[in-house]
Amino acid sequence: MIRYVLKRLLWMIPILIGVTLIVTILLDLTPGDPARQLLGNFATEEQIEALRVELGLNKPLIVRYLKFMAGVLKGNLGISYFTHESVTFEISRRFPYTLLLVVISMLIAIITGIPTGVYAATHQYTWKDNMSIVLSLFCVSMPSFWFALILVQIFSTKLGWLPSLGIDSWKSWVMPAISGAIGYSATLARQTRSSMLEQIRQDYVVTARAKGQTERKVIYKHALKNALIPIIVIVGSVFGASLGGAVISETIYAIPGLGNYTLSALTSRDYPVVQGSVLFFATLYSLIILLIDIVFAYVDPRIKSQYSRAKKKKERGAEPLPAGRSAQ
Amino acid sequence: MEIKVRKKRTAFGETWHQFKKNRFAVAGLIVVGLVILVAIFAPFIAPYPYDKQDLLNSYAGPSAEHLLGTDKFGRDTFSRLIWGSRNSLIMGLGCVALGSIAGITIGSIAGYFGGKTDNIIMRIMDVFSCVPMLLMCVVIAAILGPSVRNAIIAIAISTTPSAARLIRANILTVREKEFVEAAKAIDAGSAHIILKHIIPNAIAPTIVSTTMNIGNSILSGATLSFIGLGAQPPLAEWGCMLSEGRNFMREHMELVLFPGICIMITVLAFNLFGDGLRDALDPRLKN
Repeated sequence: MIRYVLKRLLWMIPILIGVTLIVTILLDLTPGDPARQLLGNFATEEQIEALRVELGLNKPLIVRYLKFMAGVLKGNLGISYFTHESVTFEISRRFPYTLLLVVISMLIAIITGIPTGVYAATHQYTWKDNMSIVLSLFCVSMPSFWFALILVQIFSTKLGWLPSLGIDSWKSWVMPAISGAIGYSATLARQTRSSMLEQIRQDYVVTARAKGQTERKVIYKHALKNALIPIIVIVGSVFGASLGGAVISETIYAIPGLGNYTLSALTSRDYPVVQGSVLFFATLYSLIILLIDIVFAYVDPRIKSQYSRAKKKKERGAEPLPAGRSAQ
Repeated sequence: MEIKVRKKRTAFGETWHQFKKNRFAVAGLIVVGLVILVAIFAPFIAPYPYDKQDLLNSYAGPSAEHLLGTDKFGRDTFSRLIWGSRNSLIMGLGCVALGSIAGITIGSIAGYFGGKTDNIIMRIMDVFSCVPMLLMCVVIAAILGPSVRNAIIAIAISTTPSAARLIRANILTVREKEFVEAAKAIDAGSAHIILKHIIPNAIAPTIVSTTMNIGNSILSGATLSFIGLGAQPPLAEWGCMLSEGRNFMREHMELVLFPGICIMITVLAFNLFGDGLRDALDPRLKN
């Protein structure tokens, strides 16, 4: 198991190098010159050229890339063209907002989604089940940014209960967290329902009922425990997806997080910021996927034994599949 | 004596038989059909062109002339919604088509040849899938420049790895079947074997996941347009209309309400259709 984790960690290095390389090449191909953008319309060609030299933009792509990578190894992601702040510092200042937003939304999604799914599954073919299916389908199909706008309209414009922009107090987190959570909550509810339905039909559930176990315990101790295994994979991939989704909610609610920062850097062609934050997101996302695979192995004894068997059979090349990947 | 024989159905007939039992799925299919028809015949259905301005009549409420009122420039919201279905569908379907074709091609090559080719291709796919999908779309779309075409490319690129991975996994199992060996024995070319023997036998799960992806792709397209990286004004596109309407949301809620409802109904219909198709094709769920 440790060997497997180490191997996966080592694999992350070439993949992350690949990400930085692709981003750098793409940025290089784009029309638009950061130096020109920085200086505005009235700058002379000489001024622009001087700034290009100062920023190192006159050097060939490969030199710039190697310089960036050398910085990355030292934990230095470069300096923003616009604010002249270190990108590492900016990321460390903004990331807590993004993380808090993602974690709160995920908690809301888990707390509401999984019980709804269990409830729907235990009431299959009743109106309660149909209601929750239809409701969750609506939530999955709704653009989350639209839901966010509607929330703003109701709770801050009409009722004036919650602030619509920025982060002042705990109240500011309510709407971003709910609009971030709603789609994922519905996704989790759907997944929970279908995997619960699969478990409820299993023989061991019949056995548990036959021996006189209370229905509550049959559902929550026996069925749900097994049904949770595929749900964990979904939680993980949803967690990763919500990191990306943070770009949107941070823009709508003007939260000074990392997603908002990346988007504005993209539009202003602030290359070091884009490179740095994409690398940061990619590293985080890869770590999350690895973490799901590990958790997955721990909750499912069958998979855990597969790892130990794989160790014995490693000459034959039997390697367990990374589970989180399949759920994307 | 009469013996009742169950009529033999083709694979398609069997799927259809299972599919039409599901009322939700049929409803989804009907709505999908309607939206596609509206998109095709937009010029004939819409009472006004999407960019016809009537500045004296801006922010008009619903009336007989303008069923859903007008926007800031006096453009008819109802007509813009109808025209918008075109661009929204083009974005959703376009990136699914592009992403699936790319994914199927890449995944089939990786799965069929295996070994080193497989390893290299799949590691490249890993590179593309280790950035959260929406962030990837945003980065690519911003770098390529905002337009419908570039948004489609951006979303397609971000959906390619999962499509490739899915078809590869199915091809790995089909590759070992006898009929492939037989084809190889009579010296059929690799391209022939992949296209004629392997893909037809490995494609069913991909078709299902592609259908189920359409809804999400429409959402991604609308999201990109909303943050200004997709369709550009004055083009009518639902996400784009939302981002325009957002600035006047306080007084004119309807400018935001209707495009969102259109997106939701369309995506819902595609999702119902996709779910129905999956249930119809998945033998494990047949009762």
